[in-house]
Amino acid sequence: MRDISFGQYYPVKSFIHSLDARIKILVTFLFMLSVFFIVSYTMFVFMYLAVTIIIAVSHVPYKIVLKSIKGILFLLIFTAIINIFFTSSGNVLVPIKLGKIDMSITDQGINFAIKMALRFTLLVIGSSILTFTTTPTELTDALEYLLKPLSYIKIPVHDLAIIMSIALRFIPGLIEETDKIMMAQKARGADIDSSNFFKKIKAMLPVLIPLFVSAFRKADELADALDARCYNASSKRTKMKVFKVRKSDIFAFLGVVAFVVIIFLDKYLVTSLAGAPDLGGFKIEGLDILIYNFFKLAV
Amino acid sequence: MPIVIKNLSFTYSKGTPYEKKALDDINLTINEGDFLGIIGHTGSGKSTFIQHINGLIKPQEGEIEIFDIKLTSQKRPKVNLKELRSQVGMVFQYPEYQLFADTVEKDVAFGPKNLGLSNEEIKERVKEAIEMVGLDYEKVKDRAPFELSGGQKRRVAIAGIIAMRPKMLILDEPTAGLDPYGKEQILNLIRHLKEHCSPTIVVISHDIDEITRFANRIVVFNDSHIVYDEPMQELFKHSRQLQAIGLDIPRAVKIANALRYKGINISNNIVTAEDLLKNIVELYNKKHNTNIDAQKAAFDMYDFSHKWIAKDNKEGDDCQNINESSDKHIEESQEDKIDDNKKDNKDEIIVNQQKQKRDKR
Repeated sequence: MRDISFGQYYPVKSFIHSLDARIKILVTFLFMLSVFFIVSYTMFVFMYLAVTIIIAVSHVPYKIVLKSIKGILFLLIFTAIINIFFTSSGNVLVPIKLGKIDMSITDQGINFAIKMALRFTLLVIGSSILTFTTTPTELTDALEYLLKPLSYIKIPVHDLAIIMSIALRFIPGLIEETDKIMMAQKARGADIDSSNFFKKIKAMLPVLIPLFVSAFRKADELADALDARCYNASSKRTKMKVFKVRKSDIFAFLGVVAFVVIIFLDKYLVTSLAGAPDLGGFKIEGLDILIYNFFKLAV
Repeated sequence: MPIVIKNLSFTYSKGTPYEKKALDDINLTINEGDFLGIIGHTGSGKSTFIQHINGLIKPQEGEIEIFDIKLTSQKRPKVNLKELRSQVGMVFQYPEYQLFADTVEKDVAFGPKNLGLSNEEIKERVKEAIEMVGLDYEKVKDRAPFELSGGQKRRVAIAGIIAMRPKMLILDEPTAGLDPYGKEQILNLIRHLKEHCSPTIVVISHDIDEITRFANRIVVFNDSHIVYDEPMQELFKHSRQLQAIGLDIPRAVKIANALRYKGINISNNIVTAEDLLKNIVELYNKKHNTNIDAQKAAFDMYDFSHKWIAKDNKEGDDCQNINESSDKHIEESQEDKIDDNKKDNKDEIIVNQQKQKRDKR
């Protein structure tokens, strides 16, 4: 339990860590949107290269970033399988028919599945770079700032930000508490480490009940503490750390925007200029067409 | 069979920036019948250490031998952890937070049930354990643990461990968060358990005055090492070093040290208030050629403190009467000396404060 590293802030100093959190959130958002517009393998190679360099600059070890992919491995494999079996366009490689349903494996299906997996992985890596390099406090402050326009349509943005930061702040405490209660029940012979799934579920009850009791007690105490200090979410507050956009932030922002522009050029301009070759349902797009044409000429 | 710990080391979150060394090359032997006190700062490694003895943490380096069960960093041979945990009972800090069942009886039965005992055996053990911690079995067994008082909850939680009939009991801060009366009761319970339940007891405590009342051997943890492991009478010869690493020493030792500093010939193996009182009475007898019974004086003082606590608990703090009834001679002689000592301390504090102010300016 103690070694949960998925998306946890990684405390080192780096260029990425020092960037303005608002810019980082914007940039990550842009990046995640643009990932869905990547169509060619060439661009995937570029993107993975860029991400690799960004991770190197952020001083977060690759091992830890890769660990965060482990968490979605199941999802990745699941979507890949769905894509392989339920894409009917393209050239059939292995014909499979279950009654009326066509489950043939096609080259286009495999193509889709691979691209989808590549996109998912990029998404997860991108978002975990954000959480690895930004403290939860910075993150909520930045989100509050970015969502401020919503307060004009009477959405309580500050309250939401406080709820979020309290929730984030409680996670490590709850993990620690779970750890303690688990140990206490283990000391009483509970089968928590058992490999039997049903036994394990049954053994969780003596952990979950005390955990809920303590979570409610802590929430109560926190509410009292906030009240005792006359906390009032609606009044105007100042921040201890004021965000400031510096040259490096603009530089990082422009860098990502340039990448986004290239992705869009690749998807729309290059494809339409080069003209997709007819391969019987198997689609290649963007820079891949140029490479394909180049090899065709060479051969 | 004693418990032997050899070259034990442990590091949390190894290989990450959160890496923290908790134990570094610990060697310790706990003998059967030991009443061992463990003291040390928060973060000095003492909790990690006792979790090892219960098999809750696997050793990273070194080995532990407990009642013929060997724990090492190797995966094989597989250790029967249930067997180990039935022999070593572990009472965590704030054990009442682990209560979960809807009746006290079911909660106490959780441990024995996990050991796979028969229903009659479980029932017998539960009854015995609840009575052992000083609760009325018939009255309490069908109540929900959450509606009991703080002290009672803690007793029920301790009963849950005792019902497993451990040969050795480990308690982590057993009196934390209780009022003085509740503390006194838990301390008496621990003493009772040593005689009637498990012969070997290990207690972690922050309160040095408390630990000196029952331990016969004290281990001091500092910065993931064991710095002292000595019989209680010997340990406080290192008062200065203990204070240097930021640990408190018993009030009796502090007073004895201060008196010695003042030139009074006090013996240097004083640990508890009783020792101190006895010693002062002896000195008083020698000087004034009187014949006051030191043993009786100590007993009176003990009696006094008990009456005081009991009375305090019943009527609030009104200890005037008891004060008057106790032995006047002793009171006076003691008060005189302590008063001197207090004055000195006060002077020192004032001087220090003034110094600090000056420094700030």
